[in-house]
Amino acid sequence: MSFLTEFPSMDPGNLRDLKKAIDGTFRDFTRANGEFIESLFDPLKWFLLWFERLLLATPWPLIIIIVCALAWLASRSWKLVAGTAIAFLVIGYLDMWEDTMVTMAMVSVATLLCIGFGIPIGVAMARSDRAQAIITPILDIMQTIPSFVYLIPVVMLLGIGKAPALIAVMIYAIPPIVRLTNLGIRLVQEDVLEAANSFGASYRQRLLGVQIPLALPNIFAGVNQTIMMALAMVVIAALIGGSGLGTPVLRAVNNQYLALGLFNGMAIVALAIIFDRVSQAYGKRLQKHREGGHGV
Amino acid sequence: MVSDYKVQIKNLYKIFGPDPKSMVSHVQQGMGKSDLLDQHGHVLGLNDINLDIPAKKVQVVMGLSGSGKSTLIRHINRLIEPTAGEVIVDGENVLEMNETALRNFRQKKASMVFQKFALMPHRTIAENAAYGLTVQNIPEDEAKERSQRWIDRVGLSGFENHYPAQLSGGMQQRVGLARALATDAEILLMDEAFSALDPLIRTDMQSVMLDLQEELHKTIIFITHDLDEALRIGDNIAILRDGRMVQAGTPQEIVLKPADDYVRDFIQDINRARVLQVGSMAHGKPPAKGPKIEKNVVVEEALQIISSAKAKTAIVTDKGKPVGSVTLDDMIAAIARPEPGDKGIETYR
Ligand SMILES: Nc1ncnc2c1ncn2[C@@H]1O[C@H](COP(=O)(O)OP(=O)(O)O)[C@@H](O)[C@H]1O
Ligand SMILES: [Mg+2]
Repeated sequence: MSFLTEFPSMDPGNLRDLKKAIDGTFRDFTRANGEFIESLFDPLKWFLLWFERLLLATPWPLIIIIVCALAWLASRSWKLVAGTAIAFLVIGYLDMWEDTMVTMAMVSVATLLCIGFGIPIGVAMARSDRAQAIITPILDIMQTIPSFVYLIPVVMLLGIGKAPALIAVMIYAIPPIVRLTNLGIRLVQEDVLEAANSFGASYRQRLLGVQIPLALPNIFAGVNQTIMMALAMVVIAALIGGSGLGTPVLRAVNNQYLALGLFNGMAIVALAIIFDRVSQAYGKRLQKHREGGHGV
Repeated sequence: MVSDYKVQIKNLYKIFGPDPKSMVSHVQQGMGKSDLLDQHGHVLGLNDINLDIPAKKVQVVMGLSGSGKSTLIRHINRLIEPTAGEVIVDGENVLEMNETALRNFRQKKASMVFQKFALMPHRTIAENAAYGLTVQNIPEDEAKERSQRWIDRVGLSGFENHYPAQLSGGMQQRVGLARALATDAEILLMDEAFSALDPLIRTDMQSVMLDLQEELHKTIIFITHDLDEALRIGDNIAILRDGRMVQAGTPQEIVLKPADDYVRDFIQDINRARVLQVGSMAHGKPPAKGPKIEKNVVVEEALQIISSAKAKTAIVTDKGKPVGSVTLDDMIAAIARPEPGDKGIETYR
């Protein structure tokens, strides 16, 4: 009766062969195409390295001024600006400035790329139900698969370094912007679109003049989530060469350095809070004219 | 030009459902809306509509909710594709236009005003009013300049930089009207444009529209479910029921000869004295003396003329020429509300 108590699993030999076959096929594929695929991602790597060097080369007072100015432009809140300035000063004082800049470069570049790829994908999904039916399950997989699992093929293909780390962060962080772009566009009121149509607007005019502007609050919620997820990925990305604030955290875990882990962890939290508040405040300001009103 | 009509709708069918084309024959063989839904799961939107709409007049389309009014008006600028039939505007079949021609048609020839205003919440009043021009790639500044005239004309000067949500419903619809007028389109499609407004504001907007029409002479297709509104602004009225057109004619024709009980129900409570013209009840030889009343004067005014002249009989004239007589009793009988189901109206002729 062991049939019921023990699952009739595949023969161990066959199972080993299956795994071997998969590994072998992928390894062969990597050997054959690895270099070519790596070169595809070179522009991303250059962009990331360029931005990282820019942040590191810029004098720290200037960085703080720029970050505070951006926070002010986006949120118009003095409190937020003051909090941002203090957080950066403390980070610098605790000697985490360089790691923080590296992490900021990674998160900014990953977010920009996610926006650049994610919004068009979201637009395509909103335009066609078929595209939506195909892309939605892919996004589901990307969001639920444990990140360590897709690190394996990424590392096999691209090795250890900045580019694979960036790709890993992007895979993890892109779904929300795609989803919320799609959702935002689909939620645009039918009657406003019909009005645009009735005046002879083209697809482009509808998209750029009506759908995207009206979907912006949602798109921005997506950007916010994408930033948060990119930051959450920083420690894991450090495993495959992402460097930045994640590296000292990993070192702290391995060696039980409590203070080191705590400081760097808090720096990541501080960045997360700043990015979150600033982008949310901006998103809110985008909605200013849309809510309330007299109706009929 | 082949015809005096601005818009002609010919044998138009619209059926909603998975396979509308194959349903046309059922409908042509006389299947009604409810049977089509029960037996074939398709919704009959429009059933063999034929309507000629003259230029520079206000054509009202009336009917209860769900009778197909919105569906019909959206065929004129092809926001909805028909299942069968033709829509001809200025001799050109709208349904044969390619995408560019159709967009051009919508940009220049026909503009639309919507029941729920359908303004763009992220654009200011000035930008909304200029929308139709912006779509034509006219630079924003020039577009705003051209649409300013219409913002002023509908009484919204000073609100240019407000957003729609900051305006009341009546004011929002003025923006909708300005937006439609700004493209100088000859045809104005108005789908229950005033139905969402409070009665007082609605009357106000009707006056605004009638004033504009006196000046602009557009071809207006105006949808409403309110007969008083229809009678006030319509030169011609078409009545829809379950996707079929049950009657089309002048307000007076409809009041005098309602085609069926559905129409009769509609006209039950109207003020007939404001619709019926003395010409419709003129009979016999013109009397030797009495006040003269033109035949297209409505009874309400005629009663005043006749009573201030202290007469019992008046001379009905056609462009000044006497053509018949009408008595006080004729008029009073004509404006009496008919009993339900009473077909006696025709006896007044
Ligand atoms: N897209 C659609 N799909 C299915 N049925 C529709 C659709 N649009 C309208 N209808 C149906 O067609 C009929 C006419 O609708 P409509 O033209 O909106 O009526 P009205 O404007 O007179 O209230 C209604 O029965 C409605 O349910
Ligand atoms: Mg309607």
